[in-house]
Amino acid sequence: MLTKEQASDIFDRIRRIATTDEVEVFLTGSRFALTRFANNTIHQNLEEENCGASIRTTFAGRTARATANQFDDESLKRAVEASEKLAKVQEADPDLLPMASPQEADGEAGRACPERAERAEGNARPTQVPDRFFEQTAAISPGERAETVREMVAIADRHQLTTAGIYSTSESVEGIFNSRGLTRWHTQTLAEVSITMLGENSSGWQKLNSPDIGRLDAALLAEAAARKAVESTHPKEIAPAKYTVILEPAAVLDLVGFMFWDFSGMAILDQRSFLNERIGTKVFGANINIWDDAAHPLQAGSPFDGEGVRRQRVQLVENGVVKRVVFARGTAAKMNKSEYAGKIGEVQPTGHGFLLPNEMGEMPQNIVFSPPEKPQTVTEMVASTDRGILVTRLWYIREVDPYEKIVTGMTRDGTFLVENGKIQCGLRNFRFNQSLISMLSNVEAMSVPVRASGEESFDMVVPAMKVREFNFTEVTKF
Amino acid sequence: MPICGSVAPAYERSRSNMIGLIGMKTEVPSAIDTAAARGATYADARVAHLRIRSLTTKNGRVGQASESDSVGIGIRAIANGAWGFAASADLSRDAVEATAARAVEIAKASARVKRQDVRLAPERPAIVEWTTPYRIDPFTTSIEQNLDLLMKVDGELRAVSGVTLAETGMHFQREESWFASSEGADIHQTKYSTGAGYVAYAFAGSEIQKRSYPNSFGGQWQNRGYEQIEEMKLVENARRVAEEAVALHKADQCPEGVFTILLDGSQLGLQIHESIGHPIELDRVLGMEANFAGTSFLTLDKLGNLQYGSEIVNVVADARQEHGPGLGTFAYDDEGVEAQSTPIITNGRFTGYLSSRETAHRIGAERSGGTLRAEGWNRLPIIRMTNISILPGEKPLSCEQLIADTDRGIFMETNKSWSIDDKRYNFQFGCEIGWEIRNGKRVRMLKNPSYSGITTEFWNSMDAICSRDEWVLWGTPNCGKGQPQQVVGTGHGASPARFRNVRVGSAYKSS
Repeated sequence: MLTKEQASDIFDRIRRIATTDEVEVFLTGSRFALTRFANNTIHQNLEEENCGASIRTTFAGRTARATANQFDDESLKRAVEASEKLAKVQEADPDLLPMASPQEADGEAGRACPERAERAEGNARPTQVPDRFFEQTAAISPGERAETVREMVAIADRHQLTTAGIYSTSESVEGIFNSRGLTRWHTQTLAEVSITMLGENSSGWQKLNSPDIGRLDAALLAEAAARKAVESTHPKEIAPAKYTVILEPAAVLDLVGFMFWDFSGMAILDQRSFLNERIGTKVFGANINIWDDAAHPLQAGSPFDGEGVRRQRVQLVENGVVKRVVFARGTAAKMNKSEYAGKIGEVQPTGHGFLLPNEMGEMPQNIVFSPPEKPQTVTEMVASTDRGILVTRLWYIREVDPYEKIVTGMTRDGTFLVENGKIQCGLRNFRFNQSLISMLSNVEAMSVPVRASGEESFDMVVPAMKVREFNFTEVTKF
Repeated sequence: MPICGSVAPAYERSRSNMIGLIGMKTEVPSAIDTAAARGATYADARVAHLRIRSLTTKNGRVGQASESDSVGIGIRAIANGAWGFAASADLSRDAVEATAARAVEIAKASARVKRQDVRLAPERPAIVEWTTPYRIDPFTTSIEQNLDLLMKVDGELRAVSGVTLAETGMHFQREESWFASSEGADIHQTKYSTGAGYVAYAFAGSEIQKRSYPNSFGGQWQNRGYEQIEEMKLVENARRVAEEAVALHKADQCPEGVFTILLDGSQLGLQIHESIGHPIELDRVLGMEANFAGTSFLTLDKLGNLQYGSEIVNVVADARQEHGPGLGTFAYDDEGVEAQSTPIITNGRFTGYLSSRETAHRIGAERSGGTLRAEGWNRLPIIRMTNISILPGEKPLSCEQLIADTDRGIFMETNKSWSIDDKRYNFQFGCEIGWEIRNGKRVRMLKNPSYSGITTEFWNSMDAICSRDEWVLWGTPNCGKGQPQQVVGTGHGASPARFRNVRVGSAYKSS
């Protein structure tokens, strides 16, 4: 695995090759293993080791990037030359900032935005993430993964079900070095279990991941998925309509994930955000409070962005009011010169930018929902529901309307009818067409937020939610 | 061997030959020997070198300018009747042998949880060199030339008042791969892919409308050289596309109800992808994708029996060059099986799956259908669509003639949203623009058109399809499947077609 010292040496070699004074390198290394099973058999089992040097050069307002995954001199030379050639042929961009200095990257807003002298507010400050590397996770062997899968298969056999899923472990490093003396380095491990249990006409699902393998109980997840499959056999069909739904955290995650591309300064400048002309207004219910917080103990990922700027903790939504969006350095500078400055809340670099150059600017990727005043468990939400639908998971969600934020998708792997406070039976799966704005305005109850993982969006800390008038428009055949 | 119209620059030849020498002459055979010595009963190794150039513009400025270069080796092994796979970017002899040993170790771990041994359909080992036919190597075109074209398009888009965001993009890809197996296969392939396109957005009031050209998903993509971009007429169409994006704000909302619909070829291509291409993947049918991409309603008993569509629905899976330069075109798949054409739907009846060496025997086939592909050197190859195409109508019929033949309906163009359930029954699609047809004429523009249905009911409602002159081999560059997820390109040939009694507008119903 690439070490920080090796990465530093690679950066020095790249600097010597480059013909420009402004050079930035994003270095990565990873070792990833995944054991995949289906039909109660391990059918795919793999390990991969890779590395990368992504090199950005700048010549007087012109910048470009080239990437290689070999670190010999010839490969690095070729990548540097490709980056320089791509940069030199462009027109100069007057908005391109010099690469970040260590002081700017540590969050001194006054230096990052010389046009504004305000200091960062208390709720937007650089964060210190906890250690996210666990030796026990990195050390898991193919044999150990196979034994864990064997335990999950045994649970399937006991319930007379078929199981499919994955068990993966990884270790990774990433670092940013630039010619202004900035150095950033982050190491991480991640373990993940995703499991589906299938009956003749029903299924159940669970998924969880964590940097610390000690926090995953694969057998517990397998039992929970099995219970859902057993309890939803012989699903009934009911007519599509607006229902009260209880969404488990993964379902909430996969829905709200479609919003966060829009919490971006660049999206406002480009006028492609559903928050155009809505920042500072109450868009959601008063019980919705959302942060971006890379240091939260249930979060994962690195503490810096694509330029090495430290990720700040930012409150995006407060009591339903959209307070702020996030900014890369360049976006903040551009926003302060635009017609939108003064209309969209605090404007300063928040450490959420992508690798430059890019079209999208930035986005929050460490979402944390605040706990409600009176949290309820899913069991309590069920008990308080006269008639509704309990949803385990959603699937194939796509955006239908970008400004009203209507999304469509399907329920999957454990959909239940709730009546008179009890789960009555499994249901055939529904298609929904739902505005996220009205969904988050109709939240009647929430659980304590937990770390959740889905398939349509990045991992988040989100609650389960009970939502009224969720719009199911069609029902499928299973 | 296909004739290529230009020669790669000297440094490219020397670099490629260097990797070829390393990969094939010494390291790959040593990988296979190591795997065999450790107990593998079968092993294959694939070295791949992928080069990508990506250029985009946004509102008059360069958005992204990047090149990437990735090379490594992926090794599959069967030991104790089960699979293992290991991949590494380190191509030194020691690292390659260690990777091969690891693949065998992983296979032996897999064998602890198996019900039966892996069984491979026989395949005669091929010794082949093949390159995508092209006239202009896209990597020999200058970046200035590429950006100049994109900026011209950008200028045309933003010349239209009301356009708030103009995005253009151009992408080239070359993958050179060397495949060898313990059975004696030795296959060297070089594939080129080229894509370009643009989007005009118009934000006003409470709506964001957009129009894309030649297609959404970044444009049109094929396995060809730069000549593909020259033929697209990108600049010539930009003004019209931008004007339509703005005009959509004044258009009426697409009505809700049951209608006859006509789909343009690009939207029909995506319909094929989602509601035919994916459910025919045999690994999905056999439950191997159940945790992520899902399963399929096409259970094995339906082969040869199910009336999938009306009698004019004929669909093939064809990876051969003679089908066209689609994103699913190659000479040999990533386990050394020759590209083939498989009839999937014949006169409406379901007749074929996409299969591999491991799955072929499950449908009684003696040979794999040649559809195993990997995203890169570091991914395990799995069954993927090749070019899944609907054959055009035999009688001459243009799109305008089809419209003229329709009393009342809605013509929808260019995909905007797409969604289908995990067995591939219930789907919903939204398009960028629609046109109401009355008495054979387009009478008004419609915004936010959408339609939904059940796969087999929908395909059985097709009553007309345009002929060969309207047929285009569209490229879908972003098909995702597998764990870890792999993104590959697929091709879909289609002509515009008509469908009766389709539910329209449910996406906006009381949402």
